Amino acid sequence: MVARMKEARRMPGAEWLKNHPRWLERIYLWTKRFVVRAYPLMKRINPRFANWLMVRSEEALKGWAFNCQMCGQCILHSTGMTCPMNCPKNLRNGPCGGVRPNGHCEVIPDMPCVWVQAWERSRSMLIFADEIKVIQPPVNRTLQGASAWVTMIEGHDVQTPHGWAMAARQEVER
Amino acid sequence: MNAGPMRAGSRLERVLRSGRFAVTAELDAPDSADPNDVYQNALVLAEVCDAINATDGAGANCHMSSMGCCALLVRAGYEAILQVGCRDRNRIAIQGDLLGAAAMGVKNVLCLTGDDVSAGDQPEAKRVFDLDSIQLLQVARMMRDQGVLLSGRKLRTPPKFFLGAVENPFAPPLDWRPLRLEKKVRAGAEFIQTQYCFDVPRLQQFMRRVRDLGLHEKVYILVGVGPLRSHKAAEFMRDRVPGVWIPDDVIQRMAKTPKAQQAEEGKRICVEIIQQVREIEGVAGVHVMAYRQEEAVAEVIQRAGLLPRQPRVPRFAIPSDEGQGLQRSPQDARQEVAQLSALASEPASANASVQNGRL
Ligand code: SF4
Repeated sequence: MVARMKEARRMPGAEWLKNHPRWLERIYLWTKRFVVRAYPLMKRINPRFANWLMVRSEEALKGWAFNCQMCGQCILHSTGMTCPMNCPKNLRNGPCGGVRPNGHCEVIPDMPCVWVQAWERSRSMLIFADEIKVIQPPVNRTLQGASAWVTMIEGHDVQTPHGWAMAARQEVER
Repeated sequence: MNAGPMRAGSRLERVLRSGRFAVTAELDAPDSADPNDVYQNALVLAEVCDAINATDGAGANCHMSSMGCCALLVRAGYEAILQVGCRDRNRIAIQGDLLGAAAMGVKNVLCLTGDDVSAGDQPEAKRVFDLDSIQLLQVARMMRDQGVLLSGRKLRTPPKFFLGAVENPFAPPLDWRPLRLEKKVRAGAEFIQTQYCFDVPRLQQFMRRVRDLGLHEKVYILVGVGPLRSHKAAEFMRDRVPGVWIPDDVIQRMAKTPKAQQAEEGKRICVEIIQQVREIEGVAGVHVMAYRQEEAVAEVIQRAGLLPRQPRVPRFAIPSDEGQGLQRSPQDARQEVAQLSALASEPASANASVQNGRL
C-alpha cells in the first residue's frame, strides 16, 4: 500500500479558487496591504502571540487553499497561484522532464503536475503573469515552518546566500 | 553561432564551437567495482562520439557513480560529461563534487533534476532535491565565474566547466518548454541535451519557438535519440520510463515488424530520425542513448554518416585506431581494456602531465 503523499492533498473548493487566479491576485494584494500594517502593530502588543497568530492562520488558510507546506518564503504569485512545494521534487523553477503525456505528475500519477497547472493559471493572471519567468533562488530551509508573511515583512524571504547574491548582482550589471 | 567566450576548452566545446555536428553518447554505469566494466563500454562509444555522458543513478537505480566513471574516463584520455542530479545530494555535497570533478580534469558538467526515487529499485530512499536543476546550473556558473561557493567563501582556484542542461521538448506543458529552456540559458546553460526524440514534428515545433526566441544562437542543442530494441521495449519505455514520449506510429511500426527484425527496424528508425533532426536549423548535434546496447549505438552513428569523429588522442600506441574502430579485432580491444585498467590503479598525478598535453 502506498501512503498518500502530503503533496497530493487537495481540499474541497480549493481547486476552483485556484483556477480563477485573478481573484487570488487581488486577494493577495489586499492581504499584503493589510498584513504589512497590522503585523507590526500586533507585534508591538505581543510579539509571541502575533507570530503564533500569523503561523496558525497561514497554516489554516493557505493550507486549505494551496496545500501550503509552510516553506516560509512564499512565491505563490510568481507561480500561477499554485504552490511549488506541492511538487514532490520541490522544484521552484518549472517542471521536470518527467511530466506524463496527460499532464500528470511523474511521482504521483493521479495528480496533475503542479507546474502544468501553474503555467495554465499564470496565463490568465493580469498582474503577475510574467513572474513565472523569474529564476527563483535556492530554498532557505531554515525558514521551514515560519509564516511567509512575517518573513516577507522582515525581509528574510528574499535574503539569498552570499555567493548567489554576488552572482545575481553581476548579472544585473551585465 | 557564438555563445560567448570559450569556457573550459573541452573537446566537446571545441567541436560545437567549430560548427561541426556533434555526437555524444551515454555510458551505462556498471553495477560493478571493476574499472574494466567502464572501459569495456567506453571503448565502443569513444570512437563514435565526441564526449561520453556518465549517468548519475539513471532511472533512480543505483549504479557506479557518475563521478567514479568520469574519473576513470578522464584518466584514460576520454572526454567525459559529468551528470549531476539533484535527487541524491544537497547543495553542500554538490559543490564539493563539482570541485572534485574539476580537479580530476572533468570539463563538461550536465545539470539535471533527476528521476524520482519512486522510478528506481530503491523507492524507500529519501528524495533530496535541495536545489533544482536551474539553481544547480546557476551555482555551477557562480563557482566558475565568481570563484566562490554559495556561502560567498572564495575558491583558491575556481573550476572550469562547460555547462550543460537537459530539456524535454516532448512533455507538457509544451508551450512553456521553450521558455523554460530560455530560463536555463539565463541560468548558465551552454549546451542542452534533450530527452529521446521519437516525434520529429513535435521537435520541429519546439525548435521553431526556440529560434523565435533566438536561443539557438546562445546555446548548443543536442537532440537525444536512441534505437529501440523491440516492440516490447518500446512499450516499456513509453509506459514506464519517465518523460519518454513515443508516438503510436512508431510503436505500430515496431509491432508490425517480425520479432527477429525488430532490433534492425529500431536502428533504422533511429537513423532516420537523426537524419531528419540534422536538417532542423539550430540543432547542433545528437546525443545517443541506449540502455546496455553500446554496439547498437555505434552502429547507428556509423549508419547515420556521422563518422569519423575526432579520435581520442591515444594514451597508448594502439594499432590502426583511427576512424575504423568498429572493425578492430577483439584481441586489440581486450588488450586496450587491460592497459586502461592497469592505468586506473596508477596514482592520478602520474597522468596529469599527459592529460594537460592532450587537450
Ligand atoms: S509559503 Fe511556500 S509552501 Fe506555502 S504556499 Fe507559499 S510557496 Fe507554497
